[in-house]
Amino acid sequence: MTVYLLCFILLLVGLYGIITKRDLIKIILSLGIMGYAANLMLILFGYKSGAIYPILEKGVTPEIMVDHLPQALVLTSIVIELGITAMLVALAVRLFEKYKTFDITKIRRLLG
Amino acid sequence: MPVETWLIFVISFMILGSIVALELKDILSSIIAIGIVGLGVSVSFLFLQAPDLAIVQFLFEIFALIILVRAFIKKDYHQEEPSRVNKILVGVTIITLIAVFLLSVNIFKSLPAFGKPLMETSEYYLANGAKDTGSANLVTSIILDYRAYDTLGEVTVLFTAILGALTILRIKSRSKDSVEEQL
Repeated sequence: MTVYLLCFILLLVGLYGIITKRDLIKIILSLGIMGYAANLMLILFGYKSGAIYPILEKGVTPEIMVDHLPQALVLTSIVIELGITAMLVALAVRLFEKYKTFDITKIRRLLG
Repeated sequence: MPVETWLIFVISFMILGSIVALELKDILSSIIAIGIVGLGVSVSFLFLQAPDLAIVQFLFEIFALIILVRAFIKKDYHQEEPSRVNKILVGVTIITLIAVFLLSVNIFKSLPAFGKPLMETSEYYLANGAKDTGSANLVTSIILDYRAYDTLGEVTVLFTAILGALTILRIKSRSKDSVEEQL
């Protein structure tokens, strides 16, 4: 319960950054924070106390393993997040080349 | 110490790191402070018994840092003085987010407690994963067998994102001079 709330605070910190910051780099970093919080939250939901990692070995039965379905799906999510970050960085670099600033209040003419 | 205590410590550290990253003026320090958050997530994955994820998160963090530093290290960076409207926006945002947090406490109470997951689909995968797919690592059995189409979609998304980033970086802006004149 406390862990869930702390993780939710991390998500809200990212949301705060997206809403209030005027700097494109800070907004990209805030999106990253929100992604970390969401991934961590999903893994927290799948943890079973006293359980071990889901790899079969000698003397290990499936009953004492953590929930591995969120782990597989979050693995996908992390990789996609890297692609999103790369694309956002490319967009920010292009905007900087055109407008010479990262301040979103000064980037007004968003033509092609 | 139990796992939950360690997790509370690590996640508090990550919250601190993210606030520092958002409030610092210097952009290089800010990017490095984001590294704290990402590596904290990696350590949390280790505590939560997800070694595959910890490795992938670690690699993701290093690549993200390299991309961000490479892209932004040479840019001139001018931080504006915060205006009055911005301060009002910050105040309203903080109050709203605190309200959202307080309202969400009840929702988190209604979830299953930490350490007692609802394993309904996973029980089948855990019991039959090795028999169905022949993989000792059950995470791999889901990624590459039960949900292989999901992985195919992931690879497609990644490919499209990289293609988009390359395309964005290669386009010559047509009206570069005219925009600069208007500014």
